[in-house]
Amino acid sequence: MSLLQSTQLRATPPASAARRAFIRAWPEFENPAAWLVALILVIMPLIASGFFLIEIFGTTLILGTIALSLMFLAGYGGMVSLMQLTIAGFAAYMVAVFGISANTNISLGWPWWLATPMALALATAFGTLGGALAVRTEGIYTIMITLAIGAAFYYFTNQNWAIFGGHTGINTVATPHFWGIDWRTDIAFYYVTLGVAAICYFAVQYISRAPFGLALQGVRDNPRRMAALGFNVNAHRVAAYAFASFIAALGGVLQVWNYRQISPGSVSVGACIDVLIIAVVGGITRPIGPFIGALIFVLLRTFALDFLVRLGLDGNRFRLLIGLGFLAIVFWSSDGVIGLWQRWRQSQRPRTDRPDGGRGHG
Amino acid sequence: MDSVAQRLSAVGASAALELRGVTRLFGALAALTDVTFTVRPGERRAVLGSNGAGKTTLFNCITGDFPPSSGTIRFFGEDVTHFPPYERIRRGLRRTYQISALFPGLTVQDNVYLACRGVSRGRFSFLRPGQNDALMHAADNLVQAVHLSAVKDQRVAELAHGQQRQLEIALALAGAPRFVLFDEPAAGLSPTERAELIEILTSLPAHIGYIIIEHDMDVALRVVESVTMMHNGRVFKEGLPQEIQSDPEVQELYLGGGHE
Repeated sequence: MSLLQSTQLRATPPASAARRAFIRAWPEFENPAAWLVALILVIMPLIASGFFLIEIFGTTLILGTIALSLMFLAGYGGMVSLMQLTIAGFAAYMVAVFGISANTNISLGWPWWLATPMALALATAFGTLGGALAVRTEGIYTIMITLAIGAAFYYFTNQNWAIFGGHTGINTVATPHFWGIDWRTDIAFYYVTLGVAAICYFAVQYISRAPFGLALQGVRDNPRRMAALGFNVNAHRVAAYAFASFIAALGGVLQVWNYRQISPGSVSVGACIDVLIIAVVGGITRPIGPFIGALIFVLLRTFALDFLVRLGLDGNRFRLLIGLGFLAIVFWSSDGVIGLWQRWRQSQRPRTDRPDGGRGHG
Repeated sequence: MDSVAQRLSAVGASAALELRGVTRLFGALAALTDVTFTVRPGERRAVLGSNGAGKTTLFNCITGDFPPSSGTIRFFGEDVTHFPPYERIRRGLRRTYQISALFPGLTVQDNVYLACRGVSRGRFSFLRPGQNDALMHAADNLVQAVHLSAVKDQRVAELAHGQQRQLEIALALAGAPRFVLFDEPAAGLSPTERAELIEILTSLPAHIGYIIIEHDMDVALRVVESVTMMHNGRVFKEGLPQEIQSDPEVQELYLGGGHE
């Protein structure tokens, strides 16, 4: 009886419970800083123009999206894949091969709305196959296999002239024009990258709490127990590679539209490792990490040159700064910049607020 | 043993678990040698034996964590010897681990939810469970059954040892278990927690049989109706709890002089 009464008394709470569940599922919606960041990103074309809009923010969003695919695999699945940039590069090459470019002997001249889905599908298939190889291994061997795939693809593109255009690559790749808009003009293209990055970000965030994402985190924590709960662990890992490959492929399509060309230099082993650095520096525990890492990386890459020259050093040593930053992060904050931020927030809070005695995590 | 006969007819199969000549080698070392026994549906049995007797290896062979080197394993009449673990679990087999095998990065609720999801459809679903998701309710009920409702939103890494042991049991009871392997569920529990464990085990539905590995005879003999004694990877003796307890050879081997 008392149970019935208490439910009758609480006529409104179910709504607020639903609201609480919603906030729990989407913590961003109650975070004023997140709204502020979203607002700034949307009105960015009013603040920044040309160079900043595309070279800094557009590039950050593209690299962040590619690094997001690594964050998904490494953070939720415990699989460090060094081939995410290779998958993106594969998609970029496929856009150039199936679409329109100056290399008329290579490009098939399909319209963008056919070439792009084709590129996404092929790159996803490519990444899934690579993943199917990689899931037979664990830890450092996963890194080695995916690095080997990345290196093999780099050398292959260098030497193959029939499809990949050799070391000069494929140039003057056409970008989409429709509804009377040239989508490669700075402002339009900025919104395209922002839209794709936002969709990928929210998709990863959403799936992390869906059965597929939860199971992936279970596989990360204890694959043997997952099998003893009825999960086909390897199938789950391959599916995670497929999903991450699709995100990386989206990043690759944006990248080829951004530079309007693709060459082996864009899929070099060094570039593959840059994606790992971006994800680790930003933090692989949350989907926002790769975007923060990408912003730091792009800012350093762009401005460290001037800064170093002013100090009397070789400007090309900007990687030295990135490397030092990487070392510092690995030493002091295994969960990247977002981990540092969370610990700082925690230390600012009064002691009584902390539910678990103050040990920060996740 | 009337109750056993009743359970038997209720389930309608002659054997829940049937092992024939199961042998498991680790290199030259035989961890299990020619183990043959049958457990009826609904039967509750203890496996006793000293360290290295092969008890946990036996569990690993039954669940497929390590396949046997030779021999056959039938689960409710079906030959599952070469099945991967997840196929056996989907058929109603469950197990717990001697050292808690949980998901420390996830909450208690998520741990149990995963266990419920693992033995149902939609393991790859990209859609978040809604407010009225049946598996969420099933998970809630399981969390309640093992007295963990108060900590259901805490990460498992933050739980006390006894709570982790209880969660370990909850994971094994998700879905519709037909037969459960409990690997030392009482290890490291306080007397109060042991009493709760006994209550959980004895209040399981009658059609769910289990094998329990347990060193604590007070726990083991209160929750089982038959006992298999193992020694050096072989079945040494089988019988009723009283018979095994009073068997002079068993006392010599296992109980030492303490029970004289």
